[in-house]
Amino acid sequence: MTDTPSKRLSGASSALPTRRQALKTLAAGAGAAATMPLWSRYAGAQSAEPIRIGFGKHATGIGAAYGRWYERTSVAALAKINAEGGINGRQVELVTEDDGTDPKRAAEVLEKFASQSKCDIAFGTLFSHVVIGAAPRAAELKLPYFVVSEGHHVASGMLNRWTLQPGITDVKSQVTAMAPFLTNTLGKKVTMIYPDYGFGYDHRDNLTPAITAAGGEVVAQIAIPPTETSFTKYFPKIPRDTEVIYHVMVGPAVLTFVKEMGEFFGPSRPEIFGFIDSLEAVDLSSPGLEFLEGTYFWEGMPRYLQDDAPDYVKAYRDAVGIDANGASTSDGADVSTAAHMFGCWETLHIIKAGMEAADYKSTDDRQALIEAVEAMTDMPAGPDHPQGAKRFNGKTHQVFGPQYISKVTDGKLVVAETVDYEDTLYPDEVDYTTMSF
Amino acid sequence: MEFGPYLLLACLEGAVLAAVLALMASGLSLVFGVMRVVNVAHGEFYMLGAVMAWVVTSVLGGGAVINFVAALILAPLIVGALAVLADVTILKRLSYDPERTIVATIGLLYIIQQLALMGYGPEARPVAPPFNSRIALPWVEWGEGGIGLYFPWGLSTTSYKLFVIVAAVVLLAALRLFMTRSRAGLIMRATQADGEMATAFGIPVERVYALVFGAGAALAALAGVLIVPIQQAHYLMGGDALLLSFIVVIIGGLGSLAGTVVAAVLIGMSDGIISVFFTPTLAKIIATLLVALVLVFRPQGLFGVRER
Repeated sequence: MTDTPSKRLSGASSALPTRRQALKTLAAGAGAAATMPLWSRYAGAQSAEPIRIGFGKHATGIGAAYGRWYERTSVAALAKINAEGGINGRQVELVTEDDGTDPKRAAEVLEKFASQSKCDIAFGTLFSHVVIGAAPRAAELKLPYFVVSEGHHVASGMLNRWTLQPGITDVKSQVTAMAPFLTNTLGKKVTMIYPDYGFGYDHRDNLTPAITAAGGEVVAQIAIPPTETSFTKYFPKIPRDTEVIYHVMVGPAVLTFVKEMGEFFGPSRPEIFGFIDSLEAVDLSSPGLEFLEGTYFWEGMPRYLQDDAPDYVKAYRDAVGIDANGASTSDGADVSTAAHMFGCWETLHIIKAGMEAADYKSTDDRQALIEAVEAMTDMPAGPDHPQGAKRFNGKTHQVFGPQYISKVTDGKLVVAETVDYEDTLYPDEVDYTTMSF
Repeated sequence: MEFGPYLLLACLEGAVLAAVLALMASGLSLVFGVMRVVNVAHGEFYMLGAVMAWVVTSVLGGGAVINFVAALILAPLIVGALAVLADVTILKRLSYDPERTIVATIGLLYIIQQLALMGYGPEARPVAPPFNSRIALPWVEWGEGGIGLYFPWGLSTTSYKLFVIVAAVVLLAALRLFMTRSRAGLIMRATQADGEMATAFGIPVERVYALVFGAGAALAALAGVLIVPIQQAHYLMGGDALLLSFIVVIIGGLGSLAGTVVAAVLIGMSDGIISVFFTPTLAKIIATLLVALVLVFRPQGLFGVRER
């Protein structure tokens, strides 16, 4: 971009006689060239400059499988939004940076978005420790930060006014929605297995009271370090009278975990209920997973194309590029993170709706954008919200949506029960709207 | 679960870890012993072994047994060849200077890791074991009629895990025989004892170095192939394995094969048992404490020989 104009200018200056003059013109030319991209392309039409959305991608580190699909979903969503005319008539551009699934790096990435790459907003982070580590920086930078994390840290009041989670439900509502099914259908005595950090604690702290309220009992809580690679040694801690195993694991060793659980129990397993996080991006037909047949999973959105899927779900799946098994259409072994990545699609559509409601023009309107999103409530199911009808709570910055319980049938996940968002609500724990910007 | 069966289960799990660790750490120890190079990229060769096992399996597409045997042969060869290449193009240029090779192998670590991420991807991918049947283990019990056998709930292992333990023992025995009985082993030990003198006696020291570096990487790759049907191949799997290998090698004595094996069993078993009965964090604390104690009271390691 800087090449062409400087060449042209230096060519013009060669007509001038003195060397000093030539140098001066050259310097001016270089200066002009440096500012060129800013004014030449959009001369006279400031508002035609694209809206830039900074996307903190877990490209490396333990979240890498999620990061890849989060990016694919976001790119697909923006292609749709741009094809439909962009936001306020402006095209939208994704500025992707690797945050290494690392809180420190993620905070630096936010800074880069705000000061260096001139992004309007930041978006995309998933892993809870990364969100919790980076969100304070977003508030300092006064940068709207749309996370797709499903952690309870947004609605718990731990974060700030600049951080919102409008595209994916949080663990507390998910867990609350699962407890009645667990105790009514599977069994009363529940043993929990969860990762030993924030995300796992969200499950521990919310499931235990929910199970008690539903008339059951949590008989054991087994925390496993997220970096663990061998799991058999933990399973003897499962009490003998357990009727239901509740498992939720994350990270690269999830397949080992589920496999070794099958080997541990052999033919006499209790009922098993897992969060799909334990097998997100993992093929259910992987060797060693046969024993999962007949077990249940929570899914944020069904991985396998269901028979009764509406057209807008099919359109969403086609746009992202996943087949009927939830794997990439170009590589059947590349299984998606279907239960989470829809959150990127929906968040980007909410950003569009928010920017249009706030008549967003420049970074000066960031506060108006937050206020516009806070004012949102019901979001009907459709092309913008393929996961289902939702309600956003502007006070807690958290959305509530449907939850799916699927049963492994013939090696595929088939939705057995759907919990509507009304049954996942819980009392507010914070009112961000009373906080200052 | 009762104490007895629980302990047996912990020991079995510990033994699998010890077996893999012993193989991997012996590679690290061999490289340090002969070349005096601290190979920080050793964990990545382990990862490459696992990744190559997946590649071989998916390219070949035969039965699980054929695939696995092919991976067991091909993956260490490929990784070994890569390591030889790294030795010739990088380490040799640094004249095997101990400090500079550390920095160089750190660089190598990142290059291999990123290439794996770019080429293989961020997923953990499984490889089917050649055989894998669940074996329920019996336990003795004092019944009314004396000693009786029964099968406690959950006390089981798999045939493949037992195979890993046996395979590691056989491979380590073969390595020991190779080092002590073969001519190539003699040359390696001669180079280890005194590189300059070996050169004077016409031993092509640089070629020996290249082969030793390749062999060390191949051992790590072999450990990777053995573990991949239990765990999965993932581009970050080398980190923890490297740390444990260093712990083992420091406790056992850098360059001592016997020490490495003893330390691997010690660390593997204690990790298995302590993390079952207490917490995994305590197991790591104790292992690190052990390293500190060894470094203070016996810097050459349990089986190491003092520098001359």
